[in-house]
Amino acid sequence: MPERNVVVASAHGLHARPAALFTQAAARAGVPVTIAKGGRSVNAASILGVISLGIDHGDEVVLAVDGEGADELLDELTGLLTTDHDAS
Amino acid sequence: MSALVGTGIGRGIAIGSVLRMPDPLPDPATTPSTIGPDSEKERVTGALASTGADIRERGERAGGKAQEVLEAQVLMVDDPTLRSDVDSRIDNGATAERAVFEAFAGFKEMLIGIGGYMAERAADLDDVSQRIIARLNGVAAPGVPESDTPFVLVARDLAPADTALLDLDKVLAVVTSDGGPTSHTAILAREKSITAVVGVVGALDLNDGDVVIVDAGAGAVTRDPSADDLAAAEHAIAENARRGSVPIGPGALADGTAVPLLANLGSVDAIDKAVAAGAEGVGLFRTEFLFLDATQAPSVSSQYAQYSKLLRGFAGKKVVVRALDAGADKPLAFLNDAAEENPALGLRGLRALRANEQILRDQLTALARADAETDADLWVMAPMVSTVEETRYFVELATELGIKTAGVMVEVPSSALLADRILGEAAFASIGTNDLTQYTLAADRLLGSVASFQDPWHPAVLKLVAEVGKAGAALGKSVGICGEAAADPLLAVVLVGLGATSLSMSPSAIGDVRAELLQHTREQAVRLADAALGADDARGARDAVNALLVPQT
Repeated sequence: MPERNVVVASAHGLHARPAALFTQAAARAGVPVTIAKGGRSVNAASILGVISLGIDHGDEVVLAVDGEGADELLDELTGLLTTDHDAS
Repeated sequence: MSALVGTGIGRGIAIGSVLRMPDPLPDPATTPSTIGPDSEKERVTGALASTGADIRERGERAGGKAQEVLEAQVLMVDDPTLRSDVDSRIDNGATAERAVFEAFAGFKEMLIGIGGYMAERAADLDDVSQRIIARLNGVAAPGVPESDTPFVLVARDLAPADTALLDLDKVLAVVTSDGGPTSHTAILAREKSITAVVGVVGALDLNDGDVVIVDAGAGAVTRDPSADDLAAAEHAIAENARRGSVPIGPGALADGTAVPLLANLGSVDAIDKAVAAGAEGVGLFRTEFLFLDATQAPSVSSQYAQYSKLLRGFAGKKVVVRALDAGADKPLAFLNDAAEENPALGLRGLRALRANEQILRDQLTALARADAETDADLWVMAPMVSTVEETRYFVELATELGIKTAGVMVEVPSSALLADRILGEAAFASIGTNDLTQYTLAADRLLGSVASFQDPWHPAVLKLVAEVGKAGAALGKSVGICGEAAADPLLAVVLVGLGATSLSMSPSAIGDVRAELLQHTREQAVRLADAALGADDARGARDAVNALLVPQT
């Protein structure tokens, strides 16, 4: 299953708006996506699951995609995580 | 009469009769389902769909920031993790209502456990949960009551979905028993200019139909007001309305003492608005926006282009630019990547710049170049300076790179206490009251649980301002205020009484402050300042100052 390690750039980590943007993108994908931190893996389409990981600025997470177009999807999700959505 | 106290948002005053928001629904009973898991799940599916649609529709009607908050709530309604949690509780025999209640409560506990910012989002989950359970029960969702006549809304706390749709023609003011200055109620009240007092002890003892005076400036709600109270409030409301019509002009006291009114700006996009509000220049230009999107420091030429635009917008006027203020709540990977236990006490402000001197050199070089090519009067100041030695360092470097006027921000008690020596080195000081309050009262300015300490009226903060004012007067140097304190008109007068020589604020506050300054002479401002200094706490300082104001009838 294709995986990627990403360092999260949002200044306040993955909460509210950044988390929402990320989970919406994951949900749109239509294939199972997981995000893991510290060995705990959750459904990336679940905002509560993602928030529950308590992901902070600078944390490393592991994205995993199962299905077609995995690489493109990983690119898109990585882009979302490495953008600081709190800056605007 | 009796006054209930809380934290006022803004400074509006309203008189009206109370309408209470319904209390939350009772917790659903734990009795086992009688209709079986499949039927319960079907009920949940329907309730989730209609609740989601309802919240989304409210968001679309509200627009703006409120819509973003509500869209996040829709995501919670549709959340797959939550749904599987609900389903497994139903499989274990729970009713739909109880399963939804428990699943949301579980996630809420988890958010509170994470703490800080996450914990403040817990109210969103409660709100969503209540709405779904109300659907399941076929009762009206808890929310803002409807009324044909204007009313003062009293609630435990307002959820985003409620605040977003407040009918501003009907809601005269909002009073909540819970919630601090960082709650959604407060944020949205500020955004929509709704008169509000939050965190009011005893608010829930108010009953429908009670007449109250809500005074956000004083952070007070007066119940059963006397005829005199009402007359005074009506007078104050009329005063507030009149203030808006004071003609634009230079800031001054009643005796003609000039108090330049400057604008706090965060980007060059806001120049026009500041000029329209009559800003006499810029008292604080935050340069962070140039850096926060960046993964590396911006080049001298890209910074120069922005500074040049800024200075051209204020030709012939004073423009105070703050060198990059990062660290703590505004981390920048290329500046300070270290995880710190207490970032507010860490490598931030000038300390972080000094550890990356090239970034500071580039910024000062770009500023000096822009200054040389325009005829604005550029002043540059260092953020969060805590020692005389740091002052000397910054002034020397700025001078070396061609900055004509170099000063410091006074944001920590040490630099206020040694202001005479700091101002011996620097050309000017500008007091950042938000951080000065945070450091003086040891209260994280972003933390709701200690928000009551974050009050610039506190005499300890005012004493420090007085130290800087005294030093500035003795040395003939400018002492500016930039920070929320200068935007509070009455506090602005007190600050001038303490020795501030210019005030900088968000452009929208300039009109109010200009009008208030014109009501007081320098001598009166000093008297008000003395009264505030003599108080025991922030509320006492406000009261002491208000007591000295002669009612103008």
